[in-house]
Amino acid sequence: MITLTHYLVLSGALFCIGLYVILAKQNAVQILIGVELMLNAAILNLVAFGRFDKLNSSGQTFALFAIVLAAAATAVALAIVLNVYRRYKTIDPGRINELKD
Amino acid sequence: MTLITVMFYLMAAIALGSALYVAASKNLVRSVFMFFVTLFALAGLYVLCLADFVAITQVVVYVGGILVLILFAFMLSGRELLSGLQQQTNRLIAINKLPALMLAVLFFIVLVNVFLKANIDNASWISQSIAQKNVITVTDVTVNGIGVNLMTNYLLPFEAISILLLMALVGAAHLSRKEGEAA
Repeated sequence: MITLTHYLVLSGALFCIGLYVILAKQNAVQILIGVELMLNAAILNLVAFGRFDKLNSSGQTFALFAIVLAAAATAVALAIVLNVYRRYKTIDPGRINELKD
Repeated sequence: MTLITVMFYLMAAIALGSALYVAASKNLVRSVFMFFVTLFALAGLYVLCLADFVAITQVVVYVGGILVLILFAFMLSGRELLSGLQQQTNRLIAINKLPALMLAVLFFIVLVNVFLKANIDNASWISQSIAQKNVITVTDVTVNGIGVNLMTNYLLPFEAISILLLMALVGAAHLSRKEGEAA
C-alpha cells in the first residue's frame, strides 16, 4: 500500500535535487530547470493530498494553478535570459555583475 | 494493490534517476531532454494519485509548453552558449559543488525526519475524510468536480490567475523585443 509518507519522501527528494541544481549550476537555464523541479515536487504533494478532498477537489485545483503559474514564470524568465545573453554574451549568473550604465 | 505499488516504485525510480541525471550532467541539451523524462514520470505519479486531469495538464503545459520554450531559448541564444559552458566546467568540479551537495543532502535528511515524525497518514483531517467517504476512489470521475469547483469555489483565484497569465504574456513579449525599437 502506497501511503502519503511515500509521496512526501519522494517529493522531498525531488525538492532537494532541485535545490542542488539551483545552487551548483552556473547557467541560468539550468537554474530555471531546478526551479521547475522544486515546483513539481510541490505539485506532487498537492495532488497526493488532494486525494482526500473529493468534494472541494482543492488539491487538484491548486495543482492546476501552480502549473499555470510555472508556465507564466518560465515565459518571463526565458525572455529575461535571452535579453541578458544579448547584452553580456553569457548567462552565468555569477558573471553578470554590472548594471546597465 | 501490488500493481499500484510496483508502478509507484517504477515511476519514482524513473523520476528520481532522471532528476539526478539532470543534476549531474554537464551537457546542457542532454539534461533538458532528461527533464522531459522526469516530467513524464511525474505525470504518471499524478495518475497514480487519481488526478488524471492534472496529469494531462502536466503533459500538455510542461512538456508541450515549457520544455519547448526552454529548447527555443537554447536555439535562439546560439552556439557560443554551449561551448562557453563546456570550458567552464573543466576546473574545480568537485570542490565548488561540495557546499551545494552538502546543503541539499542535509536538507533532505531534515525533511525526511520531519515527514517520519509528522505521521501524516494518521492526521485528524485525513482520518476524518476517510470516515466521511470523502476520498477519491478509482471509479470516480474527477473532472466534473474540478470544473464545478473552478467556476464556484475557486472563481476568484481563477480570474486572478488569468489576469496574471495575460500580464506575463505581455511582459514576456515586451522583454523579448529587439533593442532600440522602444521609444
